Amino acid sequence: MSLKNNLHNLKEKYKGKKMAPAFNAIHTFLYAPNETTHSGSHVRAVDDLKRTMNTVIMALVPVLIFGIFNAGYQHYAAVDAANGVVRQASLFGNFLTWENFIMGAWTVLPLVIVSYAVGLAVEFLFAVIKGHEVEEGYLVTGMLVPLIVPVDTPLWMLAVAVVFGVVIGKEVFGGTGMNILNPALTIRAFLFFAYPTWMSGDKVWVHQAVDLAGGPDAISGETILGYLAQGKGAEMSYSVADMFFGFIPGSVGETSTILILLGGLFLIYSKIASWRIMLSAVIGALVMGLIFNGVVDAGWITETSKFYGLMSFAFWQHLIVGGLAFGIVYMATDPVTGAQTNKGKWYYGFFIGFISVLIRVFNPAYPEGVFLAILLMNVFAPTIDHYVVRGNINKRLKRAKNATILPRDGEGKAQELKAETV
Amino acid sequence: MSKDIRIKKGLNINLIGDAEKTTSKAVLSNVYAINLQDFHGITPKLIVKQGAEVKAGEPLFFNKNVEDMLFVSPVSGELIEVVRGARRRILTLKILADKSQEFVSYAPLSPKSAKAEEVKAMLLKSGCWPFIKQRPYDIIANPSVTPKSIFISAYVTSPMAADLDYALKGKENEIQAAITALGKLTPGKVHVSIGKGGQSIFSKMEGAEIHKVSGPHPAGLVGTQINKIDPINKGEVVWTIAAQDLVIIGELLLTGRYNPERVVALVGSSVKTPKYYTTKIGSEIATFLYASGVNTENFRVINGDVLTGSKTKPDGYLGYYNNTVSVIPEGDDYEFFGWNKPVFNKISSTRALTFSWLQPNKKYDLDTNTNGEHRAFVVTGLYEEVFPMDIYPLQLLKACMVKDLDEMEQLGLYEVAPEDFSLTEFICISKQPHQQIIREGLDLLYKEIG
Repeated sequence: MSLKNNLHNLKEKYKGKKMAPAFNAIHTFLYAPNETTHSGSHVRAVDDLKRTMNTVIMALVPVLIFGIFNAGYQHYAAVDAANGVVRQASLFGNFLTWENFIMGAWTVLPLVIVSYAVGLAVEFLFAVIKGHEVEEGYLVTGMLVPLIVPVDTPLWMLAVAVVFGVVIGKEVFGGTGMNILNPALTIRAFLFFAYPTWMSGDKVWVHQAVDLAGGPDAISGETILGYLAQGKGAEMSYSVADMFFGFIPGSVGETSTILILLGGLFLIYSKIASWRIMLSAVIGALVMGLIFNGVVDAGWITETSKFYGLMSFAFWQHLIVGGLAFGIVYMATDPVTGAQTNKGKWYYGFFIGFISVLIRVFNPAYPEGVFLAILLMNVFAPTIDHYVVRGNINKRLKRAKNATILPRDGEGKAQELKAETV
Repeated sequence: MSKDIRIKKGLNINLIGDAEKTTSKAVLSNVYAINLQDFHGITPKLIVKQGAEVKAGEPLFFNKNVEDMLFVSPVSGELIEVVRGARRRILTLKILADKSQEFVSYAPLSPKSAKAEEVKAMLLKSGCWPFIKQRPYDIIANPSVTPKSIFISAYVTSPMAADLDYALKGKENEIQAAITALGKLTPGKVHVSIGKGGQSIFSKMEGAEIHKVSGPHPAGLVGTQINKIDPINKGEVVWTIAAQDLVIIGELLLTGRYNPERVVALVGSSVKTPKYYTTKIGSEIATFLYASGVNTENFRVINGDVLTGSKTKPDGYLGYYNNTVSVIPEGDDYEFFGWNKPVFNKISSTRALTFSWLQPNKKYDLDTNTNGEHRAFVVTGLYEEVFPMDIYPLQLLKACMVKDLDEMEQLGLYEVAPEDFSLTEFICISKQPHQQIIREGLDLLYKEIG
């Protein structure tokens, strides 16, 4: 009670001052504001943007926890592998262990903390300068970023990328709701193009692999897409179950398809994310995968081709490796940068899935096309919407041809007169 | 002849405080008031001076742009106050009622034999014309334009709004007279929508095309019905009239007197005994509010229903178009972790730890809290779930915000009124003022294109 009153008094005190947005951000985090309706509907539904964003974060938490365990697991698995021991993943046997958790937490949580601290600092700064409230968009972005980068990404690199992504990707357009590109993917793209050696190869996906490289304890871990792109699919020791449950190397949060699937179902059920985008993206990916499988079956591509590895990869398995599932569920469904019409969402999603697999197959240097596909479709989303809305406009124009426009008083006479004089 | 309209998209907002079906006569108000904000887009020019004595039905002012359009006093008495706002704009006219009422009387008009010109002249001079509204622009109809057709909704889906079948019982003659007379004013049809299944006094009206409507709110809004029956095209004009106002028009035609008496539902969770009252347009709300009693100190009185009404006070006056007065608790309090804890006692259109979807028929006690702060548009696809018209709501709102006249026209602004966006405003996650945005868009379009 007294906390509530004290905060209220502080809010009144800071009203109109420069620091008010910063204070309000913290205040509204604790208490839903005492704002009442002024115009229009006097009652409002309970949902607000904070609740919406919070729901997405809830859907991400299991993925984050899995990512923490997997970071530890992949490290110890790689150490074993370097000693010639091949590990078989087992959830309760060697995955959910304290050892893995502590190792993973020490590597993953700093990423989360840096992402949030830097990103929110930029958001607060812009809110104070521009005098608007701190918007909630970064709550989700800040959680997505650590989940889509390699586990050993240096923290300073992440900080630089976050500043770039939030400022150039979002704030210059006017903040949450105005941006054209998904901020989390802008950050990922910045990292990819600015520091390519840290973003691909067989050393970045496992903790300490870079530090130990060249030494006697050298360890490595290649992603499945990496193996396939290099035509080394046969050397892989991962089963389909490993891929589905996520005991494979990859970016922190992208590996566990089953948890992503559950998160996606939760988002669909809570009506926060669009099922149309998710479903059509899955269809798009499957269609492209089937086309490539068909090309291989038809014998147009032989085993000597450098595309053979990924082209012959079973079409449905594309969905359970790499970042495709994560991208479809958490990134493609961003309402601000995606298509905004229901019909447009079908096209938008389909092309994300379709182009993701296309890029995967034809880009051997970096066989992960999801983030590029989504960024590309972010750019085209307004175009898709434009044509969908055009359809509605044309329907209205067509209907208007049969409009019954009755004369105004006096106008009828004027027209009669006109007709006589002509 | 009847046609069925089934609305699928929408959301019923069930609130505690529906009016019990008993009617009392409200205490006579001492002072009556005409609130000029009720008449959007009118430039008033006073006819009588402050201190003048007027009869019931005597003109107080006219519309400067359409000089035939008169606005009359609801009672006989003395014009005691002309409340003015910024730049001397007239806000309210207050009339101290006489003990004995004197009416301005006209010769009754037989609706069947009257000519269109006679009906029009009668409505204009008697002060009944402002009941007729037009689309596009949702303003009082321009009498020099002939409408394509006339729409009347007798199906109520708004939260806690007065039940027309109960409130208008016994007024069949007046309603029939009004419908017959209005039919003369258009070469098209008079469309009347009634609820499917229920017994409606409107179902037997002659000279009207009856449509049976079913589905959740906003199926009862006339805009939704127009869009489904015969959508408005560019250049076309349709008129709309609230069902309860037909009674006043009908009585005028039959008796020659303007009698603004109306059965009003006093509703809302802050009212002790919500029920119906017989009162007059412009009566002080306190005359019946305290007869039913309020059960809280911090409440809001709304002229109209909770989605489209206007904020007033207990000493405010019954609005010109309203047959519902809603009283709900103010929500000017903080709620600890209100944004992330599971919510069982408020309505939501999502399932983000909100559970109103489990019990669609449960009644809620909502207050005026916004439940969050104003933000830019972020979430997409939710408005479409509650917006049954063949219009892209988000895109139209954005076109209005950026004042893109072409886009506003093409996306169908001619077809809508602010009230059509009351439900999208209710569920808006970004807490944007949809009705205000649409109102400003309509005003701009009217100013630029007319």
